[in-house]
Amino acid sequence: MEVDADKNDLSSTEQRSAANKKLGYKMVWIVAGSLLFAFALVPLYDVLCTITGLNGKTKSTASELSNTKVDETRWVTVQFTSSTMPGLGWNFYPKQSSIKVRPGKVETVLFEAKNITSEVVAGRAVPSVTPGAAAAHLKKLECFCFERQALNPGETKVMPLRFFVSPEIPADVKEMTLSYAFFSVD
Amino acid sequence: MSTTTVAHHDEHTDHPTGIMRWLTTTNHKDIGTMYLTFSLIMFLVGGSMILGIRAELFQPGLQLMNPDFFNQLIGVHALIMIFAALMPAATGFANWMIPLQIGAPDMALPRLNNWGFWLLPPSAILLTLPFTLALFGIGDGALATGWTFYPPLSIQGGIGVDFAIFAVHLLGISSVLGSINIIVTLFNMRAPGMTLMKMPMFAWGWLITAFLLIATIPVLAGAVTMLLTDRHFGTHFFDAAGGGDPIMFQHLFWFFGHPEVYILLLPVWGFIPQILQTFSRKPMYGYKAQVYSLIAIGAMSIIVWAHHFFTAGMPVPALLYFMYSTMAISLPLAVLFFCWIKTMWRGSMSFETPMLFTVGWIILFGIGGLTGLVLADVAADAQYHNSYFVVAHFHYTLFAGGIMGIMAGVYYWLPKMTGHMYNEKLGQLHFWLTAISFNLTFIPQFFLGLAGMPRRIPDYALQFAEFNMISSISAFVLGLSQLIFVYNIISTARGGKKATDQVWEGAEGLEWTLSSPPPYHSFSEQPTVK
Repeated sequence: MEVDADKNDLSSTEQRSAANKKLGYKMVWIVAGSLLFAFALVPLYDVLCTITGLNGKTKSTASELSNTKVDETRWVTVQFTSSTMPGLGWNFYPKQSSIKVRPGKVETVLFEAKNITSEVVAGRAVPSVTPGAAAAHLKKLECFCFERQALNPGETKVMPLRFFVSPEIPADVKEMTLSYAFFSVD
Repeated sequence: MSTTTVAHHDEHTDHPTGIMRWLTTTNHKDIGTMYLTFSLIMFLVGGSMILGIRAELFQPGLQLMNPDFFNQLIGVHALIMIFAALMPAATGFANWMIPLQIGAPDMALPRLNNWGFWLLPPSAILLTLPFTLALFGIGDGALATGWTFYPPLSIQGGIGVDFAIFAVHLLGISSVLGSINIIVTLFNMRAPGMTLMKMPMFAWGWLITAFLLIATIPVLAGAVTMLLTDRHFGTHFFDAAGGGDPIMFQHLFWFFGHPEVYILLLPVWGFIPQILQTFSRKPMYGYKAQVYSLIAIGAMSIIVWAHHFFTAGMPVPALLYFMYSTMAISLPLAVLFFCWIKTMWRGSMSFETPMLFTVGWIILFGIGGLTGLVLADVAADAQYHNSYFVVAHFHYTLFAGGIMGIMAGVYYWLPKMTGHMYNEKLGQLHFWLTAISFNLTFIPQFFLGLAGMPRRIPDYALQFAEFNMISSISAFVLGLSQLIFVYNIISTARGGKKATDQVWEGAEGLEWTLSSPPPYHSFSEQPTVK
């Protein structure tokens, strides 16, 4: 009897060890799943930002000008700010600090960039809109930020932005700020 | 009877001796001891680093170090305390006590267990090596971004960032291996008759911790990997110039980072009720309520991460969601506090060192929780964010709530692990010095934060001088008091009054049925739980 019990013990130990490994591997799948999830969050985050305007992201391609009706009943003030990031030897300013627009009406504003270095330098402007809820309602038809910009040594370039504010913009948004940060790209 | 069992088993231990014993061991007690020893050493290393910070902040102006080195000390202090001191201490207890508490002969995956531990020393070296390399003119020192690795600073930083990224990878793998082992042990190795709802509370705390770890550590690993490829391989995950978004890193980091807070605390919430019932000499109150609260907190911890960066910019509905969900966590936590206090209520209490630490822990951790509610308020957070108020808050939760809890556990189980009673007088002295100097270190920091002193800055306005001086002096008392702790542990391990099997009069549970110290191989035949 004693010997039998021992044998049982032994085989049950082996069985248990196999069961342990099996459950261990199942846990590895959870780990692999959450690693995948981490990388899946990158596109998910972009989608979420575009839908909600989180972080003031605007579309990086031109919007279509559909027959939008101009809303003559209200004004929206659009302010412009600019900055250049370290590593880009440019002066970069909006030519006007703010304009008042009728939602739906197409406007053109100008930005001016000057390369103050003695080399050809390329940069890319990254936009951001505050408040975030307004970001999706700023429709750009033509923007210098859609592609990279290269400036010769000492060159000055006036860069246009054609846009309109969608009439669907929430009624409580009376002011919005569009900021451009110019980054150097190699 | 117990002594004969020990002798009997000692004859059969065929493990190698000397260094090979520790390198090759698969024994859960050996591995637990190594985890706890490693944790204690790193606690002292991380503590010395912050004493450097407090010395610099003793007076306004720059006296001892340049701001860059100051930043490096702050970031590495945090990484060491979180990943190399607190987490390994909890894992060490898990290795030692979970098999004993559930009547298992060992952990389920012993070799994995060995590997899990031996990944830790290399990662500690990786973290601190850049300090040494900088002395020889290689690189510009360790990670200087703070422990949170926020880009764009971490993309621009020196080799210290790369070292820290690889260290975090190793630490993450180690934690994931340890967690898988604990989950498998708890599911497959419980003594016959021990259902999930009869498991000791410590096992429950760790089960939830382990699931949080395997769900969130890979997200951190993914985030720092993206950082690494941004730095060296031309990707643009977080680089705004290439269409990436630095704020996304904060979301990824805190998706891991907030559960991490509970990863550090849940094991402590597991054994604190056990200590309370031992020294109150009555069963713990509300076992089921506590288990459900632990599960609720674990689940909620995954969905509140963005309260760490309210000020980074979010739509108002998102702010409101994260504010209310964060505040909602205080409901299950309040249930836990109620159960802890009710366990003591009308108990026949005595105040040995573990109980002193536990009662002190409840009060101080309570302060940490309440100040957290202040920070969860979006409107208030706009003022307190990145101030010393935050620093004081999370030290109440992580030093008092984490480390002082671990100390309670050390004093509680040390006699069981070593077979000797520790020096009770020194233990109590350690408690009072720690509790008082801890409060004197961090209460001034609450006021500094309210007055507007920002964190992670080596210099400050003259108006903050007095409170910083009090905080620095107390920090040094706090640091030096820990030498008593170290001395007490070493002398207990070496000898002293024999501990009985039960050790504490009111102690209940399977680990107290074994001899002190337990035999090298315990529960070869599993006990049956009724």
